[in-house]
Amino acid sequence: MEKTIKQWLSRMKQQLGNKVRSMEQNSAQETVMLVEKTELPDVCYFLWHEKKGRLFTMVGNDERDIHGFFALYYVFSFDSFRHFITVKTLIDPLDPTFPSVAVQLPAANWYEREVKDLLGLRPQGHPDPRPLILHGDWPEDLHPLRKDFPLDRHAPRVQSREAFMPYDSEDVTEIPVGPIHAGIIEPGHFRFGAVGDTILHLDARLFFTHRGLEKASEGMPLEKALFLAERTCGVCALSHSTAFAQAVERLGEVTIPPRAAYLRTLFLELERLYNHIGDVGNVCAGFGFAVGVSQGARLKETLQQLNERVAGHRYLRGVVRLGGVRIDITEREKEEIAQTLAYVKKEFQELVDLLFSHDIAMNRMATTGVLSLEHANQLEVVGVAARASGRSVDIRRDQPYAAYDQVSFHVPVYEVGDVLSRVRIRVDEVLESIAIIEQLLHSLPSGDTFTPLPPLPPYRSAMGWCESPRGETVHWLMVGPDQTIYRYRIRSATYSNWPAVPLAVKGNIVPDFPLINKSFELCYACCDR
Amino acid sequence: MKSEKEQTADLRWTLQKRMKEVLGRSLHIRHVDSGSCNGCDFEMNTLTNPIYDIQRFGVDFVASPRHADMLMVTGGVTRHLEEALIKTYNAASEPKMVVAIGACACGGGIFGRTYANYGGVDQIVPVYVYVPGCPPRPEAIIEGILLALKRYEQLSRNKGEKMH
Repeated sequence: MEKTIKQWLSRMKQQLGNKVRSMEQNSAQETVMLVEKTELPDVCYFLWHEKKGRLFTMVGNDERDIHGFFALYYVFSFDSFRHFITVKTLIDPLDPTFPSVAVQLPAANWYEREVKDLLGLRPQGHPDPRPLILHGDWPEDLHPLRKDFPLDRHAPRVQSREAFMPYDSEDVTEIPVGPIHAGIIEPGHFRFGAVGDTILHLDARLFFTHRGLEKASEGMPLEKALFLAERTCGVCALSHSTAFAQAVERLGEVTIPPRAAYLRTLFLELERLYNHIGDVGNVCAGFGFAVGVSQGARLKETLQQLNERVAGHRYLRGVVRLGGVRIDITEREKEEIAQTLAYVKKEFQELVDLLFSHDIAMNRMATTGVLSLEHANQLEVVGVAARASGRSVDIRRDQPYAAYDQVSFHVPVYEVGDVLSRVRIRVDEVLESIAIIEQLLHSLPSGDTFTPLPPLPPYRSAMGWCESPRGETVHWLMVGPDQTIYRYRIRSATYSNWPAVPLAVKGNIVPDFPLINKSFELCYACCDR
Repeated sequence: MKSEKEQTADLRWTLQKRMKEVLGRSLHIRHVDSGSCNGCDFEMNTLTNPIYDIQRFGVDFVASPRHADMLMVTGGVTRHLEEALIKTYNAASEPKMVVAIGACACGGGIFGRTYANYGGVDQIVPVYVYVPGCPPRPEAIIEGILLALKRYEQLSRNKGEKMH
């Protein structure tokens, strides 16, 4: 494998010729290509289109203190080689522009709008010039992620530059919804262009819960930043803390003890379980099927109470520590987990049988909110939504972490891409998760639960990743010389998946939107940060 | 000593009793997410599941602030949600009992004060009761409602108003 990766990389270098200025290994799993900014679109398109790399994340960084330039990192994942290639380019502060990659690579769209808002690096030729992270009333010339912008500076509100798609025809009704919704839901603003009941077009205005998390992390000691990381999202807390801890451990070139790896895997699957079961129940709210909602909520509560008894927290916060885990489990707790899961499995199966044999439920779910494979691939959709559309990505299998290479599991894939497929994926994955946990409990190794960390090298980057219940999550980290965070970028699954929702609702009726939205089950907090 | 289950049951009966004493009717709550991580939101949702089921005791989460006696606010108020929070507050009917749910709503939490976050609900609207926790457990949220009722009772008494 090592040899083939080397050959594959050197062949790639040949094909790209003088477009690549230098190529160096950042870690065993990551190679960095330095390119001139003018070559950026060509090189990225080559890696994505010719070499079939997935756009994994993109990070903009103010490195003027280090070498006088801004830097952009486009990271591509090559799952079959279990390798990442990062395309890096430096941008002169005197000309803070770069040619947009999003023109050819739609998945880069949001990332480039983000670096424009937060760092003031302008993508030339970008198809959508509207602000993204900062709303229209933020002054256009202030960029909070620049190092010279103080963390707590409150900018004045200016005349809003906000714009929604105007509709020419009088037959199109504009329906604005949110940001505050009717239930206990997170805030987002949706604007439907509808003809009668049918949705012609949807514009989503997000990032209402943007808290400035990444900026707040800068200068923070790593131990404290772990707490910040696990508060990125309430219900994927463990996925985020694991991804952050893995980034730190990769930077320190530390391998965590086998018992810690197994325990992380165990708790990560418990996180997936309570989420997936709760989500299957919640989908039922999309068509007023109260029995399903209640049963889902009851089983979710059963699992969260198990979390609390075993890990001390209903949302599994505080489980991970840098270098391992904080929570160990006893033989009695192993028994308790096994018993609770046996109960949940039986009850969940009853709920699923009820749901899938209910004509009205099936009728509402089937053929509703179809996301095509083509769109899923172009937007680099991840997680449940990807697998329901025939796109087989699961970072647990593709780039294994924790103890996922020690257990066997099947990654379900459906082709249709409708609400029903997304529900089916969750149902299948619940059973897979229970099977994974059974294997882990059976073969849990003894030994230490953490390894101390060495001092971390400054100004080098590392990534940690995790398949959260919503899909692949990536944390990109750079540490400064004082062992505090220099730059931290979180790319959650929802960040990748939100742009797909407007495509999936097109042609559906307005009353089906809540159902479609629930089937994607995207959260706002980790997307907005 | 009573089991955890019995304690939760007691808490809910107390809630019903106190609502009758103080309000003489049911309690309607409107939720506002002012920039939370959604952990607190999910714990509020938990209150309506079959285990806690506070709807059975006359508490409901309503769709409009105009129908609400109480606002439960989660999150430390982001710049982008300031306007929505103020509008919701203004639209709510008296006595506008604002309950700040969770560490972020109480004082900014780990995010604190940033260019995008005000760091606490009381920076923007007056708060009746603070319920700390990250997130607070469902029982703590019920306790928060009880505290708000107590505060309402005291304030009404001070004003010399008849209760209901």
